[in-house]
Amino acid sequence: MRVGVVTFPGSLDDGDAARAVRLAGAEPVRLWHADADLHGVDAVVLPGGFSYGDYLRCGAIARFAPVMTSVIEAAGRGTPVLGICNGFQVLCESHLLPGALVRNEAQRFVCRDQRLRVETTATPWTAGFEAGQEIVVPLKNGEGGYVADEDTLDRLEGEGRVVFRYVGPNPNGSAREIAGVSDPSGRVVGLMPHPEHAVERGYGPGTDGLTVFTSLVAGALQGVLA
Amino acid sequence: MPRIVVEVMPKPEILDPQGTAITHAMGRLGFDGLGEVRQGKRFELVVTAADEATLAAVREAAATLLSNPVIEDVVGVHVLDEGR
Repeated sequence: MRVGVVTFPGSLDDGDAARAVRLAGAEPVRLWHADADLHGVDAVVLPGGFSYGDYLRCGAIARFAPVMTSVIEAAGRGTPVLGICNGFQVLCESHLLPGALVRNEAQRFVCRDQRLRVETTATPWTAGFEAGQEIVVPLKNGEGGYVADEDTLDRLEGEGRVVFRYVGPNPNGSAREIAGVSDPSGRVVGLMPHPEHAVERGYGPGTDGLTVFTSLVAGALQGVLA
Repeated sequence: MPRIVVEVMPKPEILDPQGTAITHAMGRLGFDGLGEVRQGKRFELVVTAADEATLAAVREAAATLLSNPVIEDVVGVHVLDEGR
């Protein structure tokens, strides 16, 4: 399985995302923001960082990068897409996911090991977890407050599209403690915390994050066998 | 060359932590009674002609790139008065 990892100017976590893909048993393929060619990848990861310096709004300029036109088309064809942190912001700005991320309620950059609850396993990125399982992965953001209007939040809850929720004190003022959401198909998932920083023993709070990537690979293998 | 100003504000129902921080600083500096501060953005675009077609294009750019309708409202698009 080949998984594309996009690099925008200002991406920080593309290297770790590619490493997580490799540790999960897939082949990472580096994709460049200015190149609309996805090189036939089976899934795409939009990594964390500060694309285009977070100018205008986080993710707003990356959304119009040539590679994003192709990512949006691929998502429409059912290609799994994962947006982490800045990647989540890009997915919201691209309207692939509803809502938006705004400055943390407390005005402070947050960097900590964060406990999350996996609210649904009905996505290619969470199929390997147990529903309701609690995991710990790093969280590091200044603009991670998830907002959407009440109708949208009710719809997300009702359709099982809240994928991850913060456990314990709300770290950034996110509506209903939402840490990650999906599109209606479940194939496009965005979250603020960083599973790619928790994939190897001795680095980060544990290896809970690796399951995000092994879920994808296991699902692809089952698809081949089925 | 004429300039067109676009003004964008966070939606009233969206918490504006920057505005809140400024409000608190105002109180500390003794600017009492100035009420609640909300922080927005102002863009200035240099255009070749400030005609209706250009204004329509600017309004479209304001709605698609310069603002995010989920969290922000475009509260003004107007030609800058160079006479001032």
